[in-house]
Order: sequence, then C-alpha cells, then structure tokens
Amino acid sequence: MSEVLYSIAVEVNGAQRAGHVTARTSLVDWLREHLHLTGTHIGCEHGICGACSVMLDGEPVRSCLMYAVQADGHRITTVEGLAQPDGSLSILQDSFCETHGLQCGYCTPGMLIAAQALLDANPRPTEAEIRDAIGGNLCRCTGYQQIVDAIALAARRIAEGAT
Amino acid sequence: MKSPPFEYARAASIDEACELLSQHGEAAKIIAGGQSLVPMMAFRLLRPSWLIDINEIAALKFVAFETDAVRMGACARQCVVARDDALAARVPLLRQALAFVGHAQTRNRGTIGGSLVHADPSAELPLVAQILDARMVLRAKLGTRTLPASAFFAGPMMTNLQPDECLEEIHWPVWRERRTGSAFTEISRRHGDFAMAAAAAQIAIDEDGHCARVTFGVGGASPTPIAFPELAQSLVGHRVDKANARAVAQEAAAALEPDSDIHASAAYRRHLAGVLMTRVLQQAYDTARAVQ
Repeated sequence: MSEVLYSIAVEVNGAQRAGHVTARTSLVDWLREHLHLTGTHIGCEHGICGACSVMLDGEPVRSCLMYAVQADGHRITTVEGLAQPDGSLSILQDSFCETHGLQCGYCTPGMLIAAQALLDANPRPTEAEIRDAIGGNLCRCTGYQQIVDAIALAARRIAEGAT
Repeated sequence: MKSPPFEYARAASIDEACELLSQHGEAAKIIAGGQSLVPMMAFRLLRPSWLIDINEIAALKFVAFETDAVRMGACARQCVVARDDALAARVPLLRQALAFVGHAQTRNRGTIGGSLVHADPSAELPLVAQILDARMVLRAKLGTRTLPASAFFAGPMMTNLQPDECLEEIHWPVWRERRTGSAFTEISRRHGDFAMAAAAAQIAIDEDGHCARVTFGVGGASPTPIAFPELAQSLVGHRVDKANARAVAQEAAAALEPDSDIHASAAYRRHLAGVLMTRVLQQAYDTARAVQ
C-alpha cells in the first residue's frame, strides 16, 4: 500500500523546516533522515535509553516516542541547537569535555539535552536533582559520575558568568 | 522497531475525536502522550489503522478545584500535575505517585488519562485512582457516562472503555478532613521502572488520633490495582501502630494471587505487598498525626 503523506512545518533549532512524512515516521527519524541532523542518536527506539532526547517547546522528551507529524506547529531543539551561534561549544558542552563526561559519546546528545533542560529550569541544582534529571538516560561508559560532575561544573560556571 | 503503517488525524476538539472514533471503531486508537502506545506499536503488539491525536485539544488539559474533588482533563501532562502545589495540597497522592512514574522526559509528554487507560496493573496512577475511587468521565459521540475506578479497570491492560469512547475527565476525590495523611511507595528494579509491587494509603484521623477514614491498596500483585475497603474500615476508630498495620496488610496480602515472572516470584510479590502496605499505612497515619 502507498502510505499517506502529511505536510508538517516545525521550528527546528530556530529555523522553520517543512516536510512530508508518513504518519509512522518517528520524530527522530525525520530529524536524522530528512533534515540530516544526526546529532540526535537512536538507541532503543522504545523509550528506555534516552539517547534520542530533544526539547519539544523547551521541555525534554524522547523523540522516538513521538511521530514527526505530531510535531507539526511545534518547536524542537536538538543537540545541534545547543552550541553557540558561532558554532563554539556551550558552557555545558565544554564542561562535559573538561570533566571527561563522555567516552563513546553515544548517550551524550541525550545527556546534554536533559542537562540543559535542567539548568534552564533550575540553574543551581543539587546533586540529587542532577541525578534525577539524567535518570532517564543510560550511559554504559562513564558510570555517570563524570556526567554529574560536568553538569555541576556548568551550573557553577553559568552562575559565575551571571554575577 | 518501527511502527506499522497507520493513518493520522489530529482532533481539534473532543467532539471531533469522538466522531472519528465512531467512524473507525476498533480500527482506531486515541494517542495522548504516546509513552506506552508508541513502544507497543514499535514492538508490533498493536496495529491500529488510525491514530486519533488528542494532544492539541486544550480543553482536555485543565485542572479545576471543586469543594470535594479535583477535576482534570484526561490529557493533563504528568509533569504539570506533579508541579502543581495547589493540587498536591488537595490530592497529595498524585505527586507522591508521580515521583515513581518514568523519568522527566516521559512525564513531560505522558498524560494522566493515558496512564489510566493503558491500565498496566503495576502502574502507579491506576493504583491511586483505585484507592481514592476516582471517577472517570467517558465521552462518546452519543453521550457521556461516568464510571468509578472500581468499575473502570477490568484486567491487565484492560478497561471497560468502549471502542467508541474517549476518557474525557478524571475526578479525584478531595478528603477535607484537616488531619489527613497519605503515602505511596514501591519496589522496582530501577527507579522509574514499573513496580514489582506498589502500595498506597490515605488516612484521616480525629482529634484523638483515631482513624476516621482509611483507604489503602496495592499494585503489581493482581490483575488490576486493588483496594481493600473492608480491611481499611476495620482500622476506623483505632490508632494505627506497627502491629495492627501489619496485621491488616498481611491479611490483604494473603488474599492476593500474584503472577510469577522473570522479575519476581508470586511468593516474593505477595511478601513485598504485605511489607509495602504495612509501611504506607504507618506513614499515612504518622503524616496525619503530624498535622496539628
């Protein structure tokens, strides 16, 4: 059978993007396969691993558990949207480098999205709040400690920059 | 791990959603947060021909406070409900339970109604609905009916929602007794996973510390979450201590016939149920006692 195509218009990292998708195209597949934004990773494809986390209207969600057609009219931020306008790393991304908060890098985009969403809502998180915020993101390399350190470091740096 | 093909309709109103349900019947499924439905479709456990999306219906997202109940649209997001301090003051079990539901990313998308309709026997919100006997307002093209939670849940992943019906609202009873306490706890392999067993209780006490109203129940150890109204009634007029909490909880646990699976044996689940119900009864009572 030929599948129906649906027209969508989505703001992705500040730019309006249009597309034609089948209903079953997941948001992450659209981002990666159609927009070539391959920073968002696909891990489990059933909502367990968190690798595909993106922000939907500013809140982190799993892009494997949404169909692209559902994002029509909404605002998406992927890991590509976290860097500064000149392409240099954000304070959070830089902090991940500093503390060795990644090894293979597979979980990193999802970790960055979860962490950025935390810092946006709560600029001075406790360690427990950091751990809760990344509780839905699996990492098989780091043991999480350096990731927690990275987020705490970013929070301190952002606070210092703001004063 | 990709969903099978389907057609998609974004409903602009509950009327439109019900119209689409009446057209497509069992071939259609409502999609709200999709945090359970989409994985089931990816696993090909479900193959609806149509998905009717209710996420854009603003009228399904309200939270309204009435004297004896909190009314909530079925599409209220779990994260919004968990953050609402005024709601937590009226129905504290919701925030207590939501702390165990998934993770930030799934609560941002997941809805209260979706979790209830999905009716996983070990899910947290159905247990809260069951012990508070929340009311479900079910809407179809031809009319509306209301079911208490006890008549809504029919079995594992089953409710008495008809194929042409959409859950529209949930009414959570508010206990107005000044000295009321509640507690929710569970054991799962990892935080955010479905529970091997979960327990919840709510207790109101009088000025002398005697129970005036008690409800408690367990999830994950029976085909649906289950409340024990008669055993709860047996605590009314008494103070709760470790001995009578344990006695009541053990009697409740003895009535369960849990399944064995890869995560836990039936005997272990029954044991957990008894321990967890003992704990929540004591915690709920102690919390009520702490209200001066």
